[in-house]
Amino acid sequence: MITPHITVTDLTMAYGDFLIQRDLNFTIDRGDVFIIMGGSGCGKSTLLRHLIGLQRPARGDVFYKQQSFWHADEKERVKMMRRIGVLYQSGALFSSLTLAENMALPLGEFTDFSRGEIADIASYKLALVGLAGFEDYYPSEISGGMQKRAGLARAMALDPEILFFDEPSAGLDPVSARLLDDLIISLRDTLGTTIVVVTHELASIFAIGNNSVFLDSESKTMLATGSPKKLLAESTDYKIIQFLTRGEGHA
Amino acid sequence: MQDLSGEISLARIDASIVVIRLSGDWIRGAKIKPVERVLADLADARPFSRLCLHASDLGKWDSRLPTYLLKILDDCQINEIEVDVSALPAGVQGLLKLARAVPERADVRRTAQPTPVLAKIGKAVLNGLADAKGLISFIGEILLAGCAMMRGRARFRTGDLFLCIQEAGPGALAIVTLISLLVGLILAFVGAVQLAMFGAQIFIADLVGLGTVREMGALMTAVIMSGRTGAAYAAQLGTMNVNSEIDALKTMGISPMEFLVLPRMLALILMLPLLCLYADLMGIIGGATVTVSAFDVSLIQYINESRKAVHLTDFGIGLFKSLVFAVLIATAGCMRGMQCGRSASAVGDAATAAVVNSIVYIVVADSVITLICNRLGI
Repeated sequence: MITPHITVTDLTMAYGDFLIQRDLNFTIDRGDVFIIMGGSGCGKSTLLRHLIGLQRPARGDVFYKQQSFWHADEKERVKMMRRIGVLYQSGALFSSLTLAENMALPLGEFTDFSRGEIADIASYKLALVGLAGFEDYYPSEISGGMQKRAGLARAMALDPEILFFDEPSAGLDPVSARLLDDLIISLRDTLGTTIVVVTHELASIFAIGNNSVFLDSESKTMLATGSPKKLLAESTDYKIIQFLTRGEGHA
Repeated sequence: MQDLSGEISLARIDASIVVIRLSGDWIRGAKIKPVERVLADLADARPFSRLCLHASDLGKWDSRLPTYLLKILDDCQINEIEVDVSALPAGVQGLLKLARAVPERADVRRTAQPTPVLAKIGKAVLNGLADAKGLISFIGEILLAGCAMMRGRARFRTGDLFLCIQEAGPGALAIVTLISLLVGLILAFVGAVQLAMFGAQIFIADLVGLGTVREMGALMTAVIMSGRTGAAYAAQLGTMNVNSEIDALKTMGISPMEFLVLPRMLALILMLPLLCLYADLMGIIGGATVTVSAFDVSLIQYINESRKAVHLTDFGIGLFKSLVFAVLIATAGCMRGMQCGRSASAVGDAATAAVVNSIVYIVVADSVITLICNRLGI
């Protein structure tokens, strides 16, 4: 049996005394496009923050290829974090740097490429997301959708093994959202990157997801995990059916 | 324009049914009977088990009508009276249905309860403790970053450092010039009024020189810089926090302490003592201007008197103070920025807190240092 790329065991998330989600158990295989879904405010983004090392779980752990993430020491964890890329909801580009400088920052810090090579890689990654020629623009000078794509280019700068997306289609028009979905799929297909997406866009969920976890805000735990299409076909849970059919289905 | 009014009338049909008829215009500005009176009428009409709503002569209506009816519907629900809305216009029915589609979740409503005094005190103390804890851990992190820098392993861009230096140093020259000149001027005037009574105008030079070099130069530059640079640091870092830029740095494995905070602290620590020296010079020039022009002392006399009065130790004390102030301002500014919440108002709060904190720190530190110098006799 192949070992899963990411394993989440008994993860419980809380802000102080306020419980967000408890007892999450699921696995993400290499090459999966994994969807974290659920209604608004159920803790999807919080789960993402736990997976990428921004927030310490109240209980439980996350394993990257069997290696414990939250029980590793700080140095080990930072090393593991370098193998992942994150696209934040707002893009989170450094506003004081140009797009090329944004790309160059992680490359300059963690690789021994020369200046020229870094510039070439930055241009190549920008071209991959359809932003060739925008190297010297500042993030505030380009549109929201372009910022998001530039954020993706930066997330990919170090050729990460896993890419995390926080609400990639939020604030994008349907066509741009579709293009981003296509980009995600082609990344998975060409580079073999494992992809984790937080979203509640049904169209994206069915178009790209082949594995998922469904979080519920009322019971404060996960209701199901598995392929979204399979969940739709086989789940008997009222909340999941309602979610996956925009409230039109009947369990 | 005629007066708009919405009419509502109650009628009893038989022992168990009451009918409410709505007519007229139910829009903003119309005169309508207060809903409380209708509810009171309904209460008087009890017992009945069924309420029919009719609106055959209803004119225009807006949100007022559904709001009004919801009150009646809620009241009926409590008293277990069945309500028949089928005779209302379809739009009103739809809105009523929509408003009641998602029932209020238990415990979700917040009621404003007055907090007891003891609870307020307790909360304030807890907040204070959390603040202190935040400050201590921030100082710890910044020390670690400083150590990393000493070993030459801190990750920040030299370009950023120079940008910060440019901002915190030369960028502040104009305002420091103006304020220090004026403070020197004021000091001279205040002293002159008293000293001139004894014909001792020449000692204005002592007063201005010592006052500026030991105290006002460092204090005024620090206050200016806390408003100018401390607040800017808090706002910059706070905005980066809102925009997830700090999260992005962390997930890249770059410490925001080293990358963002360190260059800012360094810039201020390097620049504030220099600005302080410059402010000392400006203050003395300000004092000299007043004394020479208005109090019959020649420039040479003034300069000689200043050189006699002000020693290198005095400059040392002023510079030491400004060094301490620089650390305090940068700490307050960067800490508030890094701890900033994730909303636009949080950034404003962070900037305000940064300025207030740093001014408090500055004045307290100044008193302590002055006291110590006094005891040590320097």
